[in-house]
Amino acid sequence: MIRVLYFARLRDQLGVSSEEIEATPATVAELIGQLSARGEAWASTFSGTVLVAVNQELADPATAIEDGDEIGFFPPVTGG
Amino acid sequence: MRRVVRVQAEPFDVAVETAHLTEGDTGTGAVASFLGLVRDINHAEGVHSDVAGMSLEHYPGMTEKALERIVDAAAGRWPLRAVTVIHRVGPLALGEPIVLVLTASAHRRAAFESCEYIMDILKTEAPFWKKERLADGEERWVDARESDGESAARWLKRT
Repeated sequence: MIRVLYFARLRDQLGVSSEEIEATPATVAELIGQLSARGEAWASTFSGTVLVAVNQELADPATAIEDGDEIGFFPPVTGG
Repeated sequence: MRRVVRVQAEPFDVAVETAHLTEGDTGTGAVASFLGLVRDINHAEGVHSDVAGMSLEHYPGMTEKALERIVDAAAGRWPLRAVTVIHRVGPLALGEPIVLVLTASAHRRAAFESCEYIMDILKTEAPFWKKERLADGEERWVDARESDGESAARWLKRT
């Protein structure tokens, strides 16, 4: 099982801030593929620029996912 | 190296933070500071707009780790004696301070450059998101700027 978090504009577009997914995908790319298949809002959100963190470290589509990991999806950052 | 990294809703006092930075350290000869404020100009339009304030969201836990890593990287590049990074979250009014970066070193060059470096990397790697509040009550997410990525990337080319 993994925990998935959505922040800022992504959370607004998807209407969800966090969820738990039972089957652990092998990689970030596999997870994005599963999420994109959920429908139009998901597909369009993940076709844009989305950053991802695995266990709170910036990651990329090739990053491996393990059981118990925390995956965060968010738009490009705008702090400072 | 002395360091302070904080993410907080409350305002901060620049004088207090600056005094704390070098308290008891007579080896520091230079302190550089950057203070970011909430302004009324919209990025995308480049003109004065009716922005009434903003709110800042962040990724609790990851934000602190990202800021610590940025400070570590700065300390690896310049001979720093102390660094303070304080970033606010939550609702902020026009003119309010958002972010404070203080760097202390024996000489000014290291203080100036490391302060700019920390801000440039923070703007592209620390997970904060601004949402503008308009005068009519509408809210909109602020888009990332391409120039921020370019500012961060130029540090990769320097040695």
